[in-house]
Amino acid sequence: MNILVCISNVPDTTTKINFINNDSEFDTNGVQYIINPNDEFGLTRAIWFQQKKGAKVTVLTVGESSCEPIMRKCLAIGADKAIRIDAIPTDGFFVANQVSEICKKNNYDLIIAGRESIDYNGGMVPGILAGLLNYNFVTNCIQLEIDQNIAVASREIDGGKEILSSKLPIIIGAQKGLVEEKDLIIPNMRGIMQARQKPLDVIRPINIQAKSIIKSFEKPKPKGEVKLVPSDNVDELINLLHNEAKVI
Amino acid sequence: MSILVYTESENNNFKKNALEVLSYGKALSKIMNEKVVCVSFNIDNTEDLSLHGADKSIIINDTSLADFKAKTYSNCISKIAKKEKSKIIILSSSADCRYLAPLLAVELDSSYSPNVVDLPKSSNPLVVKRTCFTNKAFSFSELNSEINIIGLSNNAFGVHENQSETTFENEKIELIEDTIKINSTEKITGKVTIADADIVISGGRGLKGPENWHLIEDLAEVLGAATACSKPVSDMGWRPHSEHVGQTGKPVASNLYIAIGVSGAIQHIAGINSSKVKVVVNNDPEAPFFKAADYGVIGDAFEVVPKLIKKLKAFKN
Ligand SMILES: Cc1cc2nc3c(=O)[nH]c(=O)nc-3n(C[C@H](O)[C@H](O)[C@H](O)COP(=O)(O)OP(=O)(O)OC[C@H]3O[C@@H](n4cnc5c(N)ncnc54)[C@H](O)[C@@H]3O)c2cc1C
Ligand SMILES: Nc1ncnc2c1ncn2[C@@H]1O[C@H](COP(=O)(O)O)[C@@H](O)[C@H]1O
Repeated sequence: MNILVCISNVPDTTTKINFINNDSEFDTNGVQYIINPNDEFGLTRAIWFQQKKGAKVTVLTVGESSCEPIMRKCLAIGADKAIRIDAIPTDGFFVANQVSEICKKNNYDLIIAGRESIDYNGGMVPGILAGLLNYNFVTNCIQLEIDQNIAVASREIDGGKEILSSKLPIIIGAQKGLVEEKDLIIPNMRGIMQARQKPLDVIRPINIQAKSIIKSFEKPKPKGEVKLVPSDNVDELINLLHNEAKVI
Repeated sequence: MSILVYTESENNNFKKNALEVLSYGKALSKIMNEKVVCVSFNIDNTEDLSLHGADKSIIINDTSLADFKAKTYSNCISKIAKKEKSKIIILSSSADCRYLAPLLAVELDSSYSPNVVDLPKSSNPLVVKRTCFTNKAFSFSELNSEINIIGLSNNAFGVHENQSETTFENEKIELIEDTIKINSTEKITGKVTIADADIVISGGRGLKGPENWHLIEDLAEVLGAATACSKPVSDMGWRPHSEHVGQTGKPVASNLYIAIGVSGAIQHIAGINSSKVKVVVNNDPEAPFFKAADYGVIGDAFEVVPKLIKKLKAFKN
C-alpha cells in the first residue's frame, strides 16, 4: 500500500497573530512552526499502516525551503520519503492542483490530508483534490481501517458519526480522534539521524492560478473589561444575562 | 443570473442554518440586484422560504436522497446552479456543507471561501470577510472566479424575516452513482448539538473528574444548551472527543458560552471566540479566561454551579 500524507506548515498554536505592511502580510517574525495538528493525526495513522501492514509513506508539502525542518520532522517520525513542491501556497486550489499532479504520476492507494489547516482554515485541499482526481473522499475522519482494497472510515457529523466504506483509492480529511493523543510519535535520536539520510525531493510547481487573493487582514477588536459578579450573588449573573446581554 | 442558496434539511424539515443562509442570500440579492433561488432536498413545508425572502424555490424530492451523500448532493446543486445561471452560491458551515463545498467548487470551477462572517465588503470585485488563524484574525479575500461559493459561519448573520413572493418548482434530477457506501449512522437524538446550539456549557479540568459532570449536564438542561469540554478532558476520556472544543476541536459560535473550570488557554479561546457572550466560572482570579470573558464569577464551581442551577430553574418558571 502506498500512502501520501499532505503536510501543512503552520504557526504553533500559541502564536500571537500580528500583521505587517499595512495589515497585508502575516508577521512571521519569531513565529515557531509546527506540523498542522490535523496532519499529525493523519501521519500517525499512516505510520501505523506502515508498521502493521508494510505500507510506504510519502509526505508532501507545497511551500518554500523554510518548510524543510517540518518535513525532516515527518521523516524522523517515520515517513519513508518527502517531497516539497517549491512554491508559495497561495490558496487551496493552487495547493490541491499541485498535489494532484504528484498523485497522477504515482499510484497512491490512500491520500491523507488534514480536515483543515489551523492558519488558513480552508478545509479545501482534500476535497478539491478528490474532485480533481475523481477519488472517493471522507472528511472529519475519526476512524480508518483498511482491509485488502476496502477502506472503512468514520466521519464525525453534527451530533454523531457515520460509518462509510469505499474501494481504494480514497482521500481522507483527518482530525482528532483518528488516533489517540498518546500515540502521537515524538521523534527519538535514532529517528532524527535516519531522517537525514532519507530522500527529500524538491519539485518545481506547475503553472496554475489561484482563485482567491487575500487583500488584507484585520485583528478582532480588543475586548472590554470582564464584569465580575460576586460568587454569592448568582441572581445578579442571571439578571445581567437576561436584561443586559439578553441571551437567556 | 441569480444567487443560489442551499437550504439544508433534515427529516423533511429545514435546519436552522437554512434560514440563516437564506437571510444572508436575500440581503446580498438586494445589494447585487439579483434574484435569490433556494435549492432544497426532500422538504414538505416550504412556508419558511417565502417568509425569509426566497424569490424562487427549487425542490428535489427523491427518496434516494434521504441520506446525505456529498458527491450526489454536490452534483445536484451544481446542475441547478448551471440551470439558474448562479453567480454566487451560499452554503452554511455545517459538517455536511463543509464536506460538499470543495466538491461543488471543482464541479463548477468556482472559488470557495468558508467562514465568512459578514456581507461582502464589495461586490465587484467580490471581497468577503472571513475568519482565519482559527478566529485569531479576519482576512478580506477577493474571490475572482465566474462563480463564487460563500460558506457562511454559523450564527454570523442571524435569521431575518422578509416576506416575499416565491415561485415554486419541483425538479427531477438524474442522480449520479455515489461510490461511497453508508454502512451506518449513529446520531444522538433529543440532545442539542454544539453546531446548532444557542447556548453551550463547557467544563474543564477544574471539575476534577467525570463523576462531577452532572453539574455541566444539569446546567445545560435548564438552559436547553449543548455540552462541551476542554481538550485534556476529552484526552483523559472523561468526555467523548466530539465534545472537545477549541483550535483543534470543534469551533463554537453560540450566543452564550459558559466555561466552568476552564483556564482559558489560547488554543481553547481561539475556538470559542466567535461566541457572542462569554461567561467564566473559575476559582483562580488569575485564570486567563477572565481576559476573554464578558462576565466572570471568581469562585468554586462546586458551590457556584449548584446555586446557579437552582436559581435558573426558579427564573425559568
Ligand atoms: C497543539 C495543541 C492544541 C491544543 N488545542 C486545544 C483545544 O482545541 N482546546 C482546548 O481546550 N485546549 C487545547 N489545547 C490545550 C490547552 O493548551 C490547555 O492545556 C487546555 O485548554 C487546558 O484545559 P483546562 O482549562 O480544562 O485545564 P487547566 O488548564 O488545568 O485548567 C483548569 C482550570 O480550572 C480551575 N479550577 C480548578 N478547580 C476549580 C474549582 N473547584 N472551581 C472552579 N475552577 C476551578 C483552575 O483555576 C484552572 O484555571 C491544545 C494544546 C496544544 C499543545
Ligand atoms: N501548502 C500545503 N502543502 C501540502 N498540503 C497542504 C498545504 N496546505 C494545506 N494542505 C493540506 O490540506 C489540509 C487542509 O488545508 P486547508 O484547505 O488549508 O484548510 C491540511 O491539513 C494539509 O493536509
